[in-house]
This record gives sequence, structure tokens and C-alpha cells, in this order.
Amino acid sequence: MRDVFLPRSLEKLWTYLDESPGALVFAGGTDLLVKTFNGFPEGEALVCLDRIDELKEICQQGESIWIGACATHSGMVASRLVRNTLPALWKAVGEIGSPPVRNMGTIGGNICTASPAGDTLPPLYAMKAEVEILCREGARRLPIAQFIHGPGATGLQKAEIVSAVRIPKPQGLNLQHFEKVGLRSALACSVASLAALARLSPDRVVEEVSLAWGSVAPTVFTCPQAEETLVGRPLCAASLREAAEIVRHRVRPISDVRADAEYRRTVAGNLLLRLGTLS
Amino acid sequence: MKISFHLNAKEVSVDVAADRKLVRVLREDLALTGTKEGCGAGECGACTILVDGDPRLSCLMTVAQIQDRHVTTIEGLAANGEAHPVQEAFIEKGAIQCGFCTPAMVLASVALLDKNPDPTRGEIREGLSGNLCRCGGYVKIVDAVEAAAIAIRRGNPK
Repeated sequence: MRDVFLPRSLEKLWTYLDESPGALVFAGGTDLLVKTFNGFPEGEALVCLDRIDELKEICQQGESIWIGACATHSGMVASRLVRNTLPALWKAVGEIGSPPVRNMGTIGGNICTASPAGDTLPPLYAMKAEVEILCREGARRLPIAQFIHGPGATGLQKAEIVSAVRIPKPQGLNLQHFEKVGLRSALACSVASLAALARLSPDRVVEEVSLAWGSVAPTVFTCPQAEETLVGRPLCAASLREAAEIVRHRVRPISDVRADAEYRRTVAGNLLLRLGTLS
Repeated sequence: MKISFHLNAKEVSVDVAADRKLVRVLREDLALTGTKEGCGAGECGACTILVDGDPRLSCLMTVAQIQDRHVTTIEGLAANGEAHPVQEAFIEKGAIQCGFCTPAMVLASVALLDKNPDPTRGEIREGLSGNLCRCGGYVKIVDAVEAAAIAIRRGNPK
């Protein structure tokens, strides 16, 4: 049997983590508890962050949006701030799992799970989000691309938690898009996904673009070469086809029960082509 | 570990291992077998219960997490012996085949109608998208939720 701790403050949390340095920390439990109920990893205590109110807040801090690690996906869907300022993330969180999964799962959990298919991750990469990491001694921040090392692997050290994600408020972008392809519309892991943010001139010339794909590489896939191909040209079928070709060459997808690698490669490019159909 | 919570509007305490799966405690210790364990991985919704009014998955919670929360299971909907309008509508519309998904489907519908008393068929499908019916009886389930919405809006408890 494992102990389960429900600290109601950060101070209590640090005390628990001092006592049980090997404890497994979770928030919603939609990922970790699937594993612990099947017996692995063994023996470690569980610490649930879900009662620590200060980790649930969503607010604007200067030019950034600060989302506490324990903000649920439902909480973000309901947040006017997220909807109005971070529409790509808002779209992504609304498509995660299912309503009960969204009531439980959190943005911090999605980040720490570090699944290649984590749906909050492509928008966070595209927006150059920073992960806030907290321990008793203090806080540090890492760009999300540096925080996530590989599938299930992050830069989180023992006795540290992810406390929040800080997202620079997108400025002057008139295209903020997320699209996920799964095997069905709900309760389905992404087979491939794309977050795209761009500033287009009135005649649709790409002045700035940021692209990030999910489920097509061990971590979220970004492609500066494809972005460079698009910048300075109108967002049209020809430029998108060129960029999509680059993307299809560079992604590193795997084959699994949901899709084979070739399909993911094709869809990764096609998701980009579909930007041409957005008004 | 002693865990106290509100279950179907009554205060209860259980003395169980803190890391037990909530759905097992509900079924095995509290004899509330309406809540089903399907996939055990958050992919079918059969174990849906309401926690503080919101649908959550009792197969992905330790019992410890329920401390001080308000839990509603299917048994709590007809606590006074009279079926909830959603239950009535499921019966009337024949929205039940094998019945395994039904308790969770009903609870998800109750939560949906609580937030959105006049949903479109699309919103009903979205609201129930976390609950799989392997009999494939979705059309009648959506019919039932539509009918229940009308009944509740008319203030007709039946």
C-alpha cells in the first residue's frame, strides 16, 4: 500500500516531500494513476497537488499569461482570458480526452507527462512558453522545449514540482490555430496535431510564423526551415506545399496501434496545407 | 486510513487503504454497484461519478482524494425512491441496451443539463463524449437527454 498525501499548502507539500523524497507527485491523476493502479512504479507514496489553491489560478501578469499547474483543462476551457488571448491553447484543451478527463487533468500534468501526443504541448511550444519550477528553496524557469527531454522525460528534479506555465501574450497575431487528428473526435489520442501562430499582412503575406507539431517525433516537433520558407511570401497553396514537403522530410514519427509512421508523416504535412483554407 | 466524505447527500466515513481505487471502494466496501469499472484507464467513462457536481472517473482516483468532497453515484439520483427525470427519459426512450454504460451516461447527462438546460443534439453528444456505449445505442440516448431537458425545463419532476 502507498500513502496518499493531499497537502493544502505549499508548505505542507515541502514537508511531505522531505519525508518521502521518492513520492510520486500528481494533480489530476489521469495518467499516473493508470500506472500506479497496475502496480508500477512500486512502493512510493503519492502526493496529490489538487488541494493547493494557489496552483490553480489563471491570470495576466504584465505581458504574460500565468496558468497555475493545477488549472484543469475544463478550467482553461471556461477561462475567458485563455479563450481571448490564447485561442490555440484554448482549442487544444477543449479537445483533450473527454469531459471527465478534462475535469481532472491539468496543464501541469500534461507538461510533466511529456507525451509526444500531449495536446497542450504544441501550442505551448509555438507560443514559446516557459515552465515554472518550484522547490522549497526557490523557483526557476525553463523554456518548455528545454524542460521536456523526451517521451516521459523532463528536467524536473527530486523535490521539485512544476508550479505554472508562463506564456508570453501573443501580440499582433491574426492566425492562432490548433488542429488535432485522432481516430475519432473524443477519447482519442492525437495521431498528429499542429499549432500555428502567424502574423499576416492585409494581403496575407506571412510576416511572422511559429509552428509546432504533436505526435510526429519523440517531443513536439518544430521546424525553423518550414517557417523560413513561409515568411515573406503570401500564405498560399504553393508556399504551404513547399513547407509541407520540408516538414514531411524532417518529422520522426513512429508506428503504433493508432497509426503508422508514413500516415503521420503525410498528415503532418497536410495539417500545414490546411492553413491555406482558413479565412 | 479514515476518509470522510459526502456520499449521495449523506456523510460517510470509510477506513480503507488510502491508495485504493475509488470505484472499488464504492462497489466493494459501500455496496454501490451501480458504478461500473470498464477499461480502468479513462477511455470508456463507465466509472463516471459526480464529484462536487462535475463528472469524474472513479477508476482514476484514489479513495483518499475524495476526502471532504461531495460524491453522487447513480444510487443517489433516486434517493427518495423516485426516478430522476433523466432516468425516466432513458426508460421512456429505450435508451438502454445492455445497461453497462447507463449509470455513467445518466450521471453525465445530469451534469450536462445542470450546466446547459437547453442543449442542442450536438452539445449533448459533446457532453456525453466521455462515455462509450458498446451496444452503439447513442441515438436513443441523445433522444432521452433531449426529452429530459424538456421535462426538467417544464418543471415536471417526472
